[in-house]
Amino acid sequence: MKCGHCGTENQTGTAICNNCGQPLDNKNETKLLNMRYDGAAIRSKTRNKSFVDKVWNFFSSVKIGVTLIAIALIASALGTVYPQQMYIPPTVNPSEYYEQEYGITGLIYYQLGFHELYSSWWYMLIIALIGISIFIVSIDRGVPLYKALKNQNPKRHPSFIKRQKLLSHTVHVTQEEKEQFIERLKKKRYKIYEKDGHILAEKGRFSRWGPYVNHFGLIVFLIGTLLRFVPGMYVDEFLWIREGDTAVIPATNQEYYIENHDFIMDIYGQDEEDEKFADALEQTGSLVPKNFQTDVTIYKDDAKDVVGAQPELQEVQSGSIRVNQPIKVAGLTLYQDSYQQNEFQSMSFKLHEVEDSDEVAIAELTVDLTDPNKEYQFDNGYTIMLNEYFPDYTMENGVPRSQTNFPRNPGFVFFVYPPGETDPEVSFLAIGQNIPGDETNNYKLSLTGFDVRDVSGLSVKKDLTLPIVAIGAIIFLIGVVQGMYWPHRRMWIHPQENELLIACHTNKNWYGLTKEFEKLTDGTPIANVVDQETDTEMEPDK
Amino acid sequence: MEQLISISGGLLYASFVIYLIATVLFAATIRDKRKEKKFSLINKLAIGTTILGFLTQLGYFITRWMASGHAPVSNMFEFVTFFGMMIVLAFIIIYFIYRLDILGVFTLPVALLIIGYAAMYPRDITPLVPSLKSHWLWIHVTTVALAEAILAVSFVAGVLYLIKNINQSKSTARTKWLEIIMYSLFATLAFVIITTAFNIADYEATFEYEVDNNQVEIEYHLPAIFGPKDGELLTEDRMDAWLPTPEWMRGAEAPRKWNTLVWSLAGGLVLYLLTRLILRKRIGAALQPTLKKVNLQLLDEVCYRAVAIGFPLFTLGGLIFAAIWAQEAWNRYWGWDPKEVWALITWFFYAIFLHLRLSRGWHGEKSAWLAVVGFAIIMFNLIVVNLVLAGLHSYA
Repeated sequence: MKCGHCGTENQTGTAICNNCGQPLDNKNETKLLNMRYDGAAIRSKTRNKSFVDKVWNFFSSVKIGVTLIAIALIASALGTVYPQQMYIPPTVNPSEYYEQEYGITGLIYYQLGFHELYSSWWYMLIIALIGISIFIVSIDRGVPLYKALKNQNPKRHPSFIKRQKLLSHTVHVTQEEKEQFIERLKKKRYKIYEKDGHILAEKGRFSRWGPYVNHFGLIVFLIGTLLRFVPGMYVDEFLWIREGDTAVIPATNQEYYIENHDFIMDIYGQDEEDEKFADALEQTGSLVPKNFQTDVTIYKDDAKDVVGAQPELQEVQSGSIRVNQPIKVAGLTLYQDSYQQNEFQSMSFKLHEVEDSDEVAIAELTVDLTDPNKEYQFDNGYTIMLNEYFPDYTMENGVPRSQTNFPRNPGFVFFVYPPGETDPEVSFLAIGQNIPGDETNNYKLSLTGFDVRDVSGLSVKKDLTLPIVAIGAIIFLIGVVQGMYWPHRRMWIHPQENELLIACHTNKNWYGLTKEFEKLTDGTPIANVVDQETDTEMEPDK
Repeated sequence: MEQLISISGGLLYASFVIYLIATVLFAATIRDKRKEKKFSLINKLAIGTTILGFLTQLGYFITRWMASGHAPVSNMFEFVTFFGMMIVLAFIIIYFIYRLDILGVFTLPVALLIIGYAAMYPRDITPLVPSLKSHWLWIHVTTVALAEAILAVSFVAGVLYLIKNINQSKSTARTKWLEIIMYSLFATLAFVIITTAFNIADYEATFEYEVDNNQVEIEYHLPAIFGPKDGELLTEDRMDAWLPTPEWMRGAEAPRKWNTLVWSLAGGLVLYLLTRLILRKRIGAALQPTLKKVNLQLLDEVCYRAVAIGFPLFTLGGLIFAAIWAQEAWNRYWGWDPKEVWALITWFFYAIFLHLRLSRGWHGEKSAWLAVVGFAIIMFNLIVVNLVLAGLHSYA
């Protein structure tokens, strides 16, 4: 497209000549100019032939972008109708749970996959489409706008000036008065560009980049969340550790160890300072936890590189892990996550004769419930074998088995060999149960005591995507503020023989611009601006 | 300690009364028939009283903080009260930018309604569970409350725009929707009045019913229109339930919540119909003349400017601070908890608001309707999500 006035070759679709500002839409000579993107050619508005063009145009439409956000909004809301799978009890079967709890709608919810909505392919696709839309629309509009604003010619064609929304037309202005006006513009921090006596005064151009900056921030944010799937960026491990135990910290390549000295759980109402909560605690009726804490020491294995060597543990740090106060070690963060109180540590038994009413001990043994011995030999010739051990005993279809590997409800099958015997007597023991294998048993094992301890559940995390996600969020906020809190204001001062035309443009808050213009021209003969859209003189006082 | 708590309660009560007076004063400013608009004595008195009320409530906040040892934003009563206080603050800020008296006439009653609503929840000082023990509690919650309060001002400006702009000469979909907004305010008022009345009368009725094969007791403080399904009334001389609570109301104490909701909606309807009977016209039509002198463009500007301030602040408090805290407390910055999801929905919605306004020219009435919907989403997140879609934030 060649400009009829200055002959500059403009890209197809340009509305206002890049060089002289002559409007290129010669049909509507009286209408106000559309100043969006400063009349630069927008790819999506000019090309619509190839498949690429069509895809490009689809994503660069604000209408499509808004529709996508609206779809994401509705989809997100759907996911809160019933709890997501991660919030239902972990032991239940989701395929039954939703129907049992919520009836037929629950079943449909489950069958549509809404119980895992936010990790479904289609939800991620919507978010991805929004990301693509943000990216394409930013390039589509941002690049031409940048070029147009970078190469502004202060000298504009008269019809550009006359077709601006706000126009001031003064018949006679002296050179001094004009210069006084320009001085005031400078004081108001306008930048002044001049060519052949034509002047462009501009301020706040940076605010035009706001939308592109905030969109860029969002893209960084979305990429950050995607990086979680890159190996090494994200570690999510879990560690159950019993009081007194030392264990390898996962994801440290066997280099770091952690020792649990003590797990502490405090409850409200035990301190005097909790007095003020007395009414509320009575209302609740249940125990309210005050503190979950694990006292730990962290060690580093110095002999790690020596093959086959025993670990040589050197203390690195000691401290307490509390909720909201994790500990950091070797790039990992350890969080207090769960606990199990009073897990059985060991059980003690004594062997005595069935007939003996005093139950005098023939032999005594203690079974370590996390690492039980198979065989217990005694000086008096007796041998007791632990034939079978169920840490978390249950009966299923008449067969004993263990539900988990944690000693929550231990069950034992003992073989007792009196001196010289090769045929054992069989005894079965569990909490509240002591069943002889045979009615004719001469010996009996009885529980004499047990020890318990707490187990602490620590979450071991590393998330290298956090800084990227955080930077994205900060860029977004900066962009929003940059774009929304400053206006981009321009005034074109156009001398015409004796007359002076001043056209004003802003991207927002026209009211503020007229008010500023009035202040700038106060005491000069320069006329107030006229709003050519409503054809009224702007009176800022109204 | 006991003394601090009672001082704190007294200050809150005083601030409520002062806000009431300020509302009357603001109403007086628009009754002022003189043509020239200037910042006269009555205006100074109105905004001065509002500021006094705010400072009094700030006194409540500080003394309660001292008494409990943590920021008083940790349960439903405390948070909603604080939200009301932030609405007053947001109004004061916007008043000093635009000097719009009419905004006071309508914003202060909304703040009063919200504080009144808050007072219907248990007011005891509650202990903090370990996950809430963090500085991020007050950083996150106060920013969110302020952001939502500023968005509430955009709602009020939007409603004023609608009242002034909608043609009341005949009944249309728009007048009906406006009446629905008015009705929802009446329903909130009814909730406060009914609850207070039965509280004063000390009404109590206990029902026993079955939940997951356990017999549980539930205490009603309002006569049971809807009782628990197959529930048995234990208290003597009390009205037995008329109807069972529908099956789809679930969660803790669902029958009582449902009963309260029905009471509020019915009470709101009675109040609304009575008012219409007295006025003999739509509420919107009755309010329209009070806005005669107000500039529509200015209302539109306030509505948009409030979103322009509220949106980034909400992003900061409701999403970014929230994420930082979640990372510290639960070792993940985002967990798709219903409250989080609804914060995201709120954010999506105001993003749509801004795109439609800035790129597609949705100014004026369209923009005002959007501001109303946005506030409805915020209230949904505050009330329905907390009470029905229980999650990490369910504290009432």
